[in-house]
Amino acid sequence: MEVDHHIHIPGTTLFDGTQAMKGFALNKMCYSFNWKVNRDEYLADPEAYFTKYGLNEEQKNACRAKNVLAMIAAGGNIYYLAKFAGIYKLTVQDVGAQQTGMTTEEFKEKLRRAAD
Amino acid sequence: MAKILGGLTSSHIPAIGNAIAKEMYEDPYWKPFFDGYPRVRAWLEEHKPDVAINIYNDHGLGFFLDKMPTFAIGAAHEYKNDDEGWGIPQLPPFPGDAKFSWHIIEHMVGNEFDITSCQELAVDHGFTVPMQLFWPGLEQNPNFPRAIPISANTVQHPIPTLKRALAFGRALREAILSYPENIKVVVLGTGGLSHQLDGERAGFINKEFDKMCMEKIVTDPDALTKISREELVLNAGAQGTEFLMWMMMRGALGDKVNLLHSNYHIPISNTASGLMLMECVN
Repeated sequence: MEVDHHIHIPGTTLFDGTQAMKGFALNKMCYSFNWKVNRDEYLADPEAYFTKYGLNEEQKNACRAKNVLAMIAAGGNIYYLAKFAGIYKLTVQDVGAQQTGMTTEEFKEKLRRAAD
Repeated sequence: MAKILGGLTSSHIPAIGNAIAKEMYEDPYWKPFFDGYPRVRAWLEEHKPDVAINIYNDHGLGFFLDKMPTFAIGAAHEYKNDDEGWGIPQLPPFPGDAKFSWHIIEHMVGNEFDITSCQELAVDHGFTVPMQLFWPGLEQNPNFPRAIPISANTVQHPIPTLKRALAFGRALREAILSYPENIKVVVLGTGGLSHQLDGERAGFINKEFDKMCMEKIVTDPDALTKISREELVLNAGAQGTEFLMWMMMRGALGDKVNLLHSNYHIPISNTASGLMLMECVN
């Protein structure tokens, strides 16, 4: 039987044991991007790199589409995904905008409005 | 005997490191943030701590999910940063105080905090950005202290509770005060305040909750231990759980503190930034 340890917070996937099990290969690949030598190897042949780290099809498709919500659904942890985003020079505002269906400028305005 | 001068909190957003590298102190976006720091630097200049215990959360440089310590304490002679995947500049190594680290580790485990000791630990922006903010120039700064990193897990649930974080800080206080060397210590709690990077709720910031936390952490930190971890995610955002570091720091300061300075600004990157300087009364 599945035990849910958490309350449901809309728009939020708590990264817990369930997500950690699901996303281990994807997060391990993203962790490897801490080092430039690995980023270079990935960029030379992303498909070979996905295979090297044992990503499943869901994870590969999410990475191919650079779709952050899909990567989270596939078990990705945002701290490691941020290193994937870095390869494509995406800022955390770009990533926020993509997930909320806004332009980056609209997302930045949303952040500014939080000060009101 | 070792003495605790006080505690500092600071946000540690990676973009701050870039802004420092580009010296954007007068830039309209950055000025309200950087203007908070000179008061704290003046206090550090006056008191010249020998050691900074830097409580931060690693974001996937020093630790991976293969082995994720809930609480980890650095026990190295020096600590190095890395580019973290974004080309962050390599900084000179941060000198540690391994002998003092082992004293703290002995004391913490003796008091039933089963920590992970780290004789090598790559330190990320959570550690380096506050060091750059408080001691500009780092090793070029004549008052640059030795540092001991302490990292708590906020990457993966279950994360520690706020109650445990405060208790950790209180045990850390005993550990520091029982060290026989005549050194002056400042304790840093870095991260926060409210922010969320992931999911459709990305961009969440909660000024009211942050302000409440900044008030209660001075006057009644125990009241904050009533907040559950999920309430913390709900009110501070998924990454606002970094407030745990502030609670660990606060525990090390003793019951009464004087708040000498604070600053709060929205937004820096995706985050509400918070800065506090609290001086120990005893």
